[in-house]
Amino acid sequence: MVRMTLVKKNPGIVSILLLTFFLFHSFDVWADELRVAVASNFLLPVKELSRKFEETTTNRVALISASTGKLYAQIKQGAPFDILLAADSLRPKLLEKEGIGVPGSRFTYAVGRLALWSADNTLFLRNDLQVLNQKNFRYLAIANPKTAPYGKAAEQVLRKKGFWDQLQTRLVRGENISQTFQFLVTGNADIGFIALSQLKRNQGQLKGYSWVVPAEWHNPIRQQAILLKRAKTNKAAKEFLNFIKSNRVQKIIESYGYSLEHL
Amino acid sequence: MDISSSGPIWLTLQLASVTVMILLAIGTPIAWWLAHTRSKMRVGIEAVVALPLVLPPTVLGFYLLILLGPNGWIGGPLKTLTGSPLSFTFTGLVFASTLYSLPFVVQPLQSNFESIGSTPMETAASLGASRWDAFFSVILPLSRRGYLTATVLGFAHTLGEFGVVLMVGGNIPGKTKVISIEIYDRVEVLEYTQAHILSAGLLLFSFIILLTVYSINKKLPVHIS
Repeated sequence: MVRMTLVKKNPGIVSILLLTFFLFHSFDVWADELRVAVASNFLLPVKELSRKFEETTTNRVALISASTGKLYAQIKQGAPFDILLAADSLRPKLLEKEGIGVPGSRFTYAVGRLALWSADNTLFLRNDLQVLNQKNFRYLAIANPKTAPYGKAAEQVLRKKGFWDQLQTRLVRGENISQTFQFLVTGNADIGFIALSQLKRNQGQLKGYSWVVPAEWHNPIRQQAILLKRAKTNKAAKEFLNFIKSNRVQKIIESYGYSLEHL
Repeated sequence: MDISSSGPIWLTLQLASVTVMILLAIGTPIAWWLAHTRSKMRVGIEAVVALPLVLPPTVLGFYLLILLGPNGWIGGPLKTLTGSPLSFTFTGLVFASTLYSLPFVVQPLQSNFESIGSTPMETAASLGASRWDAFFSVILPLSRRGYLTATVLGFAHTLGEFGVVLMVGGNIPGKTKVISIEIYDRVEVLEYTQAHILSAGLLLFSFIILLTVYSINKKLPVHIS
């Protein structure tokens, strides 16, 4: 009886309660999904891969993308992710050591390649870094070396070839490799170090000139995957990792502009 | 405008100070016009001024990145004139902050001018004062409260700016790396101690200036015509 009175007197409150219930209910449904946290440089490939994965199973994949550093901090604070596809090997190693990642589940799913790109064809004279000696560009964009593995690799290249100090005033740092790319595409920076995979996936739309930096000029950008503790017994998560590891999928990853460690 | 390399704290204070000065200069005529006009344009301009309150900083940041860049409507002509577009510069950040904090300065000034009404100006005019003279010797002294609120809110809001700066700043130490970006970087690389120091400092500082302005405001007289 009391409930009836509530409904009659406060239809508004009741509908809000019902709405809340349905909202939370749908959140519960999402919780059954496989949650994959992915470094921003790998978001596009993994979108295609998870579509392919979903074709073979009833499991749904939800992708959460941010920089590796941010994802790591979120996972440490209890973020409900099942798998991390990082842009480096450092954070997965740390997670394994800290007991947040499942020991032995860590593997390199892709090796990142660095490319120098400019929308301005006239900047490049030769296939090397000599372009950086020119005075006719204002900004060189890199990802922030402190937070982004591709930025760290770019710093290593610039240091190794003696450009780091002389270019300090012309360096702009993107928060991650996607923002670095965005600086270049919008023309705000003239030239920059980005991931080769970003160029590959935008082939055809991009004008300009690019050059792939020799792999031995920087430490390898080993992008590692790790299964997270909360998904230790999650069958779908293990299936997804095996799927990524499979030769077929590794070939696809290679076609996106990554090198492979195992094949 | 080239500010020599200095810590993010100093840079943030410079940015907030320059922004507030510009905002007071352009905010005063806008607020005055909004407070006194009977034009039909008024509601439209009011809505435009309030836009930064509701827009996500990413929208502003995205448009600014395109506008201020070498191919943009603003950055393009500037590049031909000065050799440098506005993105990734301190001047660019000042431009962005001015837009971003505009309502925080215009709105308090507008309600201040509205509460003063037109009587003091008319009285001054009947006594033979010119418009400028009347504004500076009658309106301004009556507006201390409004200007204090506008200055503090504009300053504090610029201190807390993050999204826009992240998008158009380029994280250049001494030029565009402000406190909020520095905190963001520190958190990202797990340097929580430094992040704590900066965050707690900013929290305390913001609280103190707000506390100061509210207690001064209580003491200042309110003018209602």
